[in-house]
Amino acid sequence: MSKLVIEAGKVNRRYFKDLMSYRELFLLLAWRDVLVRYKQTIIGVAWSVLRPLLTMIVFTIVFGRLAKMPSEGVAYPILVYAAMLPWQFFSNTVNEGGNSLISNASMISKVYFPRIIIPTTAMVVSLIDFLISILILSTLMVWYQHVPTWKVVFLPMFLGLAAIAALGITFLISALNVKYRDFRHVLPFIVQIGLYISPVGFSSTVVPEKWRLIYSLNPMVGVIDGFRWAIIGNTPMYWPGFWLSVGLALLLLVTGFGFFRRMEREFADVI
Amino acid sequence: MSIIKVENLGKKYIIGHDLNAGGAFRSRALRDTLTHTARGLYQRLRHPLSPNVENTEIEELWALKNLEFEIEAGDRVGIIGRNGAGKSTLLKVLSRITEPTTGRIEIDGRVASLLEVGTGFHPELSGRENIFLNGAILGMTRSEIKAKFDEIVEFSEIERFLDTPVKRFSSGMYVRLAFAVAAHLEPDILIVDEVLAVGDAQFQKKCLGKMEEVGKEGRTVLFVSHNMAMISNLCQTGIVLNEGELEFFGQVSDAVTKYYQASNQRDAAHEREFKSDAAELLGAELIGLSNLSDITIHDELIVRMRYRIKKQIDGKCVPNFHFFVSDGSYAFVDSAKDVTSMPPGVYCAECKIPRQFLNEGAYFVGVALTTYFETGPWKIEFFDKNALTFNVVDPMDERSNRYGYGGPIPGVVRPQLDWSIAKESQ
Repeated sequence: MSKLVIEAGKVNRRYFKDLMSYRELFLLLAWRDVLVRYKQTIIGVAWSVLRPLLTMIVFTIVFGRLAKMPSEGVAYPILVYAAMLPWQFFSNTVNEGGNSLISNASMISKVYFPRIIIPTTAMVVSLIDFLISILILSTLMVWYQHVPTWKVVFLPMFLGLAAIAALGITFLISALNVKYRDFRHVLPFIVQIGLYISPVGFSSTVVPEKWRLIYSLNPMVGVIDGFRWAIIGNTPMYWPGFWLSVGLALLLLVTGFGFFRRMEREFADVI
Repeated sequence: MSIIKVENLGKKYIIGHDLNAGGAFRSRALRDTLTHTARGLYQRLRHPLSPNVENTEIEELWALKNLEFEIEAGDRVGIIGRNGAGKSTLLKVLSRITEPTTGRIEIDGRVASLLEVGTGFHPELSGRENIFLNGAILGMTRSEIKAKFDEIVEFSEIERFLDTPVKRFSSGMYVRLAFAVAAHLEPDILIVDEVLAVGDAQFQKKCLGKMEEVGKEGRTVLFVSHNMAMISNLCQTGIVLNEGELEFFGQVSDAVTKYYQASNQRDAAHEREFKSDAAELLGAELIGLSNLSDITIHDELIVRMRYRIKKQIDGKCVPNFHFFVSDGSYAFVDSAKDVTSMPPGVYCAECKIPRQFLNEGAYFVGVALTTYFETGPWKIEFFDKNALTFNVVDPMDERSNRYGYGGPIPGVVRPQLDWSIAKESQ
């Protein structure tokens, strides 16, 4: 074992090595979060099923029936649910991950481990919820007799993009949450706004062509468009917007990670 | 070979004006920061030429200052000091929970720190699940935990409740399970805060035994406690911290003495009063000390206390001295002889410790005044447990009766009794 040197003000050079050696803790913490979530099985599973389902119904009624938005030639519930999948994954990760450091405060002030493990585990729980939602979507597709095309194999790629964007924002918000405790009250509001400015309840084709690129500054636009492209099959993909979303998501991840590492140093003193 | 090397270590905390409990500068509200920035900006605009007034609400506190020491592999080190002396901060810095503000630390081995019992325990999870979780949090790998699982369960004595959520555990069971996991850590360096204070006495003893075992296996242990008996039992080396600074580093018995001395001076300085409605302690002193606190085993020592009786008491006020050894256990107690009733006034009571009576070591003297009545219970007028301290040393001269032997001679007393040796046969 090499010698550990802690020097005031110096960056820890073994950070990534540390991360590797704590991967078991990451898995165990993720396992704990999943276990706790589904311990009270009925409530746990029902909740992760009900929430997106209810949102989908509301959106279908409001955007599909009342506002009569275009549905890309597919049943409106499928249009909405295909977007609900990544959105739910993204917002759950940000919500849970954003508060995760605070809810694990006692651990942070009593034992060392790379703190970034904590907000990252939030994504694992969201991933389980995501898989359950996939089942619901499959049921919906059977119900509406919609057959996906070969493009569905690209779904993991778009999920990966959602994960990158979600992690970047989660790192940022969780660190901010430690320093500024009332940020917690702002967070649900931000996520709620995100739901409406992202094309969840409607297709992004309703956005005028000249605004499409600017609209894609929201990384979730690329993700949601990608999900629809892969699942529905006959929707056109706006690729420039997608690549912009990819670039921005990566930028978010890098800045989020950097910010987290800078703030991490004083977590134990402040939390 | 040193396993931990600390150079010029310092840790600064910023203390805010609007503190919440604990006194440290906790997280700020975003609202405060925003309003503060806005106000600052407004001031700038109004008086663009005025000097930048620094925020006076903020105060620096050095929890650790200029610490330098080295710990050898296999040492068991006790860290003592008053509350707020920086003990816990030192442990936190050494276990990488928080970063130092200045200085450098070199650690040559795997560290496990136990600053709290059951860190990361989740109430909804079962005992079994929590063993794995807590083990991982303390730095064990899954295979290590698996290998030790049965041992841990046996040590914790909770076999029957292994699959019960820990939220249904009694606090005793909870603590036992948590300790069982911690006790089976196998790091090179074990850092333990005052966690043994919880749990029942029997289990505490078991844990102490386990920790002693850990020390004997050649692991390095850093241990914070207020219990001097535990410290002196468990550790060879002592570190005394005082207001963030290293006051002493060396033999644990010397460290304990140092600590008590410091706390005595503090009591005097802080004019903690020992009195009742009927009597008060005015002072206590030792006469015959060669330098600050030493006597040799060949010296006499006089212990003196002065006290005032404030009103007529219809019992016998008996001054008594309590002698403790460095681990906090009693050496002996002695009360004044032939006391009759004492009218109000100032009194001076002395007692002489004869030469060649006490063995080498640190002693602490408690001074007390107890009233005994004709009938009914007695009453303690005052009892200053840590009034005085002294150190008995052996000058190792011809009177020491050692015949050249240089090692320690065990025991609290070191009398030179009357011996006779007669030749009985060829």
